[in-house]
Amino acid sequence: MAKYVIIGASAAGISAVEAIREVDPVSTITVVSEEPCPSYSRPMISDLVSGKANFEKMLCRDGQFWEKNNVQALTGQRAVSLNLKEKYVVLDNGARVSFEKLLIATGGKPFVPKIEGADKKGVFTFTKLSDAESLAAEIEKAKSAVVVGGGLIGVSLTEALVKRGLKVTIVELQNKILSLILDATASDMVANVMERAGVTIVTGQSVQRILGKPEDERVVGGVVLTNGNSVQCDMVIIAIGVVPRAELVSGTDVKTNRGILVDRFMRTSVPDVYASGDVAEAYDFISGENRLLPLWPLAQLEGRVAGYNMAGKKAEYPGGTAMSALKYFGIPIISIGLVNPKNAEGYEILTRYEPEKRLYKKIVLKDDVIVGILLLNDIERAGVLFNLMKNSVNVKKFKQALLSENFGLATLPSSLRKRLYLE
Amino acid sequence: MKRIVAKEEFCIGCGLCEVYCTVQHSKSKDVIKAYNRENPRPLGRVRLEVNKPVSFAVQCRHCEDAPCVTACLSGAMKKDESTGLVIHDAEKCMGCWTCIMVCPYGAIKMDASGKVVSKCDFCSGLDVPACVANCPNGALVLIEVKP
Repeated sequence: MAKYVIIGASAAGISAVEAIREVDPVSTITVVSEEPCPSYSRPMISDLVSGKANFEKMLCRDGQFWEKNNVQALTGQRAVSLNLKEKYVVLDNGARVSFEKLLIATGGKPFVPKIEGADKKGVFTFTKLSDAESLAAEIEKAKSAVVVGGGLIGVSLTEALVKRGLKVTIVELQNKILSLILDATASDMVANVMERAGVTIVTGQSVQRILGKPEDERVVGGVVLTNGNSVQCDMVIIAIGVVPRAELVSGTDVKTNRGILVDRFMRTSVPDVYASGDVAEAYDFISGENRLLPLWPLAQLEGRVAGYNMAGKKAEYPGGTAMSALKYFGIPIISIGLVNPKNAEGYEILTRYEPEKRLYKKIVLKDDVIVGILLLNDIERAGVLFNLMKNSVNVKKFKQALLSENFGLATLPSSLRKRLYLE
Repeated sequence: MKRIVAKEEFCIGCGLCEVYCTVQHSKSKDVIKAYNRENPRPLGRVRLEVNKPVSFAVQCRHCEDAPCVTACLSGAMKKDESTGLVIHDAEKCMGCWTCIMVCPYGAIKMDASGKVVSKCDFCSGLDVPACVANCPNGALVLIEVKP
């Protein structure tokens, strides 16, 4: 019987271990992890493909993490069902692991739409180490690739494939790439540098069918788009996004929407059962509602909050929001919150656009409070803006300075600076 | 444990903190070589903020509950358990800029290569960080905080 059982050893799971150990150095912790390897940074799998990182660099915690934190790690094992009344987890080898407190941190899995021909050799998904390894193993032989999905994962992978010398076509269903985190101006700027790097961008289309090679039908040879055009390629990577892996709680009393619903303490609707990370739907401080936000920094924050509460130290999740930092194709980008409100009414939008410097900055205000931040190329003051946003600071008196080159802590009125930074 | 505190009422805006920080993080440790010969030019990790008449130096505050550590995608940003300092391991950094996004002080920057970040390391190896030791008017001071 373990006091704490954690299912999943990625961002949320390991952050929970650290938080529990801060509060409770002695009680037993058991972690069940499907992947046999030590915990690694999933956002770095593109760097593995590009050759920029090896597995050692990807390890996101000390190699002795389990030993140092005195964790019983059941790696290479999968939780297959839960009995929440009798409080145990059943593993794929039939073993039962009893718990007092349970954290479900099973993460997400790639969303794969039904595409004819998706069973051919050379079709990949791209969310975890084994995906990156099998992709990397085929790269030497490939000359061209189609990446399905022009979001964060798709763009990061596209850059890696370009670095490896492949001709890449990226296919996005929306009419702009990165449409969830950029506006049209920013998206066009990124599309422009990607095209200059040799990438073909196809928007407003999806892949209808995956074709075989003339000499071997079982191997990827191209794709047919919804408009009927075809693109030749040696590999197809589905990188549309992730959906929560919430199957474990189906048939239990744990309430779900698209993911497992959690409160500000990462508690599910069942006592002693917590959830965090990509599997959970947690609080978004901009929308004021629970929402799926499958982002590594939020998973780590949620995991910490869960860990503290499981160990008896009350900690409230401040909430997250859509927040991404991008490094791809030589344009640093930071996008936080509502950067592209669908209906502009009620919002004030400040922008600064200097195309010759490839500089673009945008701040979205609602009632003089920052609700969206979008920065391209000049990103170093992003955190100061984000802090104003998190604290719902009324910026009326200094909003014209927010986008200036020397914006910083000294720009803030001294009373505000004192309140935010000295108290 | 020691921390750096900026006293804006004493700051004269001279910028020596930036100069000494740059030199301390240069290869040569010599001001003329650091500024004129080293390529890429070494990067200071403290920033003098000026909005006249106000000025003060900003560097990593080594936050107790550091947002950059919680947000780091690669595990490069770590809290040193014995010193409480936030330590950045450039070897592990993937240059994703997530820490820049969440630092409330804006105290993390891209290093000269543009591939990883760089921040105050409390002048590891020195008893008193260079910016504090060389501030001519006591506008940067070391205070003792409880671990």
